[in-house]
Amino acid sequence: MTTADTNRPDPVTPVLTKRWLSPNSWQIGTYEQLEGYTALRKALTGTPEQLVQLVKDAGLRGRGGAGFPAGVKWSFMPPNEDKPHYLVINADEGEPGTCKDIPLMMADPHSLIEGCVIAAYAMRSHHCFIYVRGEVPHCIRRLNAAVREATAAGYLGTDILGSGFDLQITVHAGAGAYICGEETALLDSLEGRRGQPRLKPPFPAASGLYAAPTTVNNVETIASVPFIVNGGADWFRTMGSERSPGPKIYSVSGHVEKPGQYEAPLGTTLRQLLELCGGMKDGVPLKFWTPGGSSTPMFTAEHLDVPLDFEGAVEAGSILGTTAVMVFNETVSVPWAVMKWTEFYEHESCGKCTPCREGTYWLVGILQRMVAGKGTASDIDTLLDVCDNVLGRSFCALGDGAVSPIQSGIKYFRDEFLALCDVNKATPALAGAH
Amino acid sequence: MTQTVSNTAGSAAGDEVFGPDVVAKAADLIARYPQSRSALLPMLHLVQSVEGFVSQAGIQFCANQLSLSNAEVSAVVTFYTMYKRKPCGEHLVSVCTNTLCAMLGGDAIYERLQNHLSDDGHTPLKHEDTSGTPGEPGSITLEHAECLAACDLGPVLQVNYEFYDNQTADSAVALVDALRRGEKPAPTRGAPLTDLRTVELELAGFYPEDEQEFRAIIDGPSAAVETLRGAQLAADRGWTAPTMPETAPALPEVDKK
Repeated sequence: MTTADTNRPDPVTPVLTKRWLSPNSWQIGTYEQLEGYTALRKALTGTPEQLVQLVKDAGLRGRGGAGFPAGVKWSFMPPNEDKPHYLVINADEGEPGTCKDIPLMMADPHSLIEGCVIAAYAMRSHHCFIYVRGEVPHCIRRLNAAVREATAAGYLGTDILGSGFDLQITVHAGAGAYICGEETALLDSLEGRRGQPRLKPPFPAASGLYAAPTTVNNVETIASVPFIVNGGADWFRTMGSERSPGPKIYSVSGHVEKPGQYEAPLGTTLRQLLELCGGMKDGVPLKFWTPGGSSTPMFTAEHLDVPLDFEGAVEAGSILGTTAVMVFNETVSVPWAVMKWTEFYEHESCGKCTPCREGTYWLVGILQRMVAGKGTASDIDTLLDVCDNVLGRSFCALGDGAVSPIQSGIKYFRDEFLALCDVNKATPALAGAH
Repeated sequence: MTQTVSNTAGSAAGDEVFGPDVVAKAADLIARYPQSRSALLPMLHLVQSVEGFVSQAGIQFCANQLSLSNAEVSAVVTFYTMYKRKPCGEHLVSVCTNTLCAMLGGDAIYERLQNHLSDDGHTPLKHEDTSGTPGEPGSITLEHAECLAACDLGPVLQVNYEFYDNQTADSAVALVDALRRGEKPAPTRGAPLTDLRTVELELAGFYPEDEQEFRAIIDGPSAAVETLRGAQLAADRGWTAPTMPETAPALPEVDKK
């Protein structure tokens, strides 16, 4: 309906989500009828270098939160095969608000499998692991079935489609730990250890799984690859912006009329998303929202027109994260929401780094006390002080994520925190005492 | 599907608790990975499928299979929330109480179930407490869970990790009452409900070998209305992604190094 050179793309651009409407979309027969595995045939006619270049040209950026250019990440893998190379798919979806990868793997697991084969070929890997959080057995069943079907059809295993390329995929269930969505913690977990992040460098491309060259990519990133192979870099760039090209699954949840998965060009705004999902629930006005999960600093009604792409979110003071758009209306207490999120980070902190382990513990204590009406105005300064001592002071980004709701909540809604403390002005308590 | 073994927590001899079929499965798991220790997480799901929790015997068993110390295995067990350290009910009910679900009613659902499932009628269940005798039919372990990645369907709860979407306190009570009566109400999405141990065996990586039996748990209800809303809206309004070139463009030329 839209042509690349004359028009803006349509408001919703189903690419990854297009097959989801087809009956039995998860079965290989359906997938093959809908262009499935055609990209693989084409990819295998090229060289690994050509595929890396294609993904670079397309400007595909990681869909797991950090937005690192996928082609550049792939190019870090060594050209030789002195050690085995591993491709690891991060399917440990657990960032609060994020719910895109699991429906994708349930509805269209073969798009991920096909992407894995192409990516593994491009990185000279012969063993790929899909690390899925354990709490989604049905998703894991569907992936196992897809691997079984793809192997029987010759898309996996030895000498794939007569190319001489071999690949084995192992679906691996996690066991309940948010931190394993952090790529180096995931690798430790996959090695059968506690999922605790590693210090970088060395980066996984140099020393990853079993200290061998490894690339860890998000599900949505890899599932995009077959479309890029079939459509080309220019087609991919007809959606989104120069630096944030492509379509993206926006997961809209909370106080809207029609929460759900809306795949739209990167750079779509909340105002546009709200139009798609029928507006605020019962017309109650918007109060705050997250652009991409609880680890991304919150926005308010002032930010309705911020383009939700990697640059736009940062310029407005947040980050794009996973495009998990959680929408909260005026009835929700910001300090309460911040307390709940902080309880989550405290529970999920792996305990390796002291600032994060201790910081989240004390932040929860202070917030719980404030929400219980026993706080004082000085608690706000204490919270911010503790946040300063957590941010950027741990191995991984969990600590940084933990302070996001607190810092942004106080930035936009300081009065609401203060209102909790008004009655206690006269009797300051010890910070964190509870 | 799995043999029932009496609770032998405290026994040091893991191999006495787990029969030859479990040993064979453990060997199968080890063979799936380049390094044996990677099989530890699946193996813990495996021992949990036998005993309904990870006992000291289960830890010993894994340590024996992988030539690890008990301490190394224990360190892993205690890190992950899905490994339970005390016997669980036939079913595990997990209520999402992360911010978004909590706001939509998840906190109220959890509190209601804590009281409703109380065995004596006045002491609310605590996190990971069990109503009824663990392992017996109709017994239920209750827990609050962190974000279950189904936020557009909130508030959600899971029974044995199968999704029940858009819950209310009343629907959750009706659900656990049905479970206590021995019924297995169908999840909103996913395979027919079984029990915790059966699901744990699947999480370990073991599925029916019979194709028909396997298909029966793979097919069936899948995407919720919410999941499909964007795609459906586009279909209704005739919106599409920009059309791809008719023939796939050639791969870019690169310099040979």
